[in-house]
Amino acid sequence: MKPSLYEQKIHTWGRVSLVLAILMFMAYPFFASLYFKVQPDYALVLQGLLAVAPVYWAVGAIEAFTFGPMLGSGGAYLGFVTGNLTAMKVPAALRAMQIAGVEPNSEKGEVISTLAIAASSIVTTLILAAGMLLINTLRPILESPVLAPAFKNVLPALFGGLAVVFLSKNWRIALTPMILMLILFLIKPSLSSAISLLIPLSAAVTMVVARILYKKKLI
Amino acid sequence: MPFSINDSILFLLAGLVILYVLGQSVFFLVKAWKRAVELGISRQTLRGTLTGSALFSVAPAIAILLGLISLSRFLGIPLPWLRLSVLGALTYELPAAASVAKILAMPMDQPVNDPAVYIAIAWVMTLGILSGILIILFFQKRMQKRLARMKEKDARWSAILMDSLFVGMIATFLGMVFADVHTGLAGFIPVFVMLFSALMMGLCGLLIKKPGFKWLENYAMPISMLSAMAFAIPLTNWIGG
Repeated sequence: MKPSLYEQKIHTWGRVSLVLAILMFMAYPFFASLYFKVQPDYALVLQGLLAVAPVYWAVGAIEAFTFGPMLGSGGAYLGFVTGNLTAMKVPAALRAMQIAGVEPNSEKGEVISTLAIAASSIVTTLILAAGMLLINTLRPILESPVLAPAFKNVLPALFGGLAVVFLSKNWRIALTPMILMLILFLIKPSLSSAISLLIPLSAAVTMVVARILYKKKLI
Repeated sequence: MPFSINDSILFLLAGLVILYVLGQSVFFLVKAWKRAVELGISRQTLRGTLTGSALFSVAPAIAILLGLISLSRFLGIPLPWLRLSVLGALTYELPAAASVAKILAMPMDQPVNDPAVYIAIAWVMTLGILSGILIILFFQKRMQKRLARMKEKDARWSAILMDSLFVGMIATFLGMVFADVHTGLAGFIPVFVMLFSALMMGLCGLLIKKPGFKWLENYAMPISMLSAMAFAIPLTNWIGG
């Protein structure tokens, strides 16, 4: 089937906006350097990058190849610029597609995913901007020990609800990766810091299980 | 020019970048909305998508704001505001800044007062996580074409494959929730919070199906998430986390 005009154009809009975004991101340290008339400590930049880039570049690559197909093109172009993918943009897009009753990897899924990510990005930007302006007022409230347990548990609170929606309708394919991940985290709790590396592993296991069940006509 | 981590020029630079990203979000929103209408998706569904996604994002955004507050002690407000509004996430930005601080044996509860160090940190945070955006830039079109071909060949398998990606991601986080159970009862707090969220989602699901509270669909996720976060407060006080 020939892609629609929107599907063709989204790549042009996406690519142009991504290139501009990368330039804008680099403009901050570049112009700060010019303004303060200070060259960055290049050795320090290199040392710092050597400490984080090998892992982050691998994680970024894995996220792109895993989340890109999930979000559709518009969602991916926008989501990767606005960030906070795993704990916000991807769940927002999945939830929206499920409620709207549209399939991912379809044009309807693509537009719903893009709308969800755009709404999520705008809200985050506005909340951060308001928070930045009111930082002195908000700091004691948000950092109060009373609220600390709530913010410490954002991810379990998020994925508990999502699990009911997605795992209940896909329980046959979900069983194996869930057991595998449970065992992995029970044996090696420190894997929490490598969550982004485990997502593609879990997704690959799920795909293999799904393929076997599909071939055996069990799903 | 005397250096300050909260210099007004830094606010201006960060603000301009954030404004650009905000503009990009609005641009994609408008384009997607127009196309959705052409595709016959009802305005009610589209409005529901926007409000539901916006509400759903409030709690995680406040958690990000907490990250901004904690990073601001070390880096001032503009740089964390920029980095957490675009591209990254606290899980990347904090270790990126910490890696430079560690090399220089700098405490992260004191503000950076050397502009060369500040700019070096800004470069590490910027360049450290560019790979995802570069791959999307160069490979998203190709990935999408392949998926479209796969769908033409076998639409059912294509749908199952997408479900597998989602399920794989959710299964990973569900496993992670159990990571601290070896520490005793306090380690089970995230598990109980997850179960409470699941229970609330189940209840919302029942209300949507049985009495036909269809309007609840868009609010079910924010309700289950926020109520589970609220539940974590007395639970932690009771168990002592």
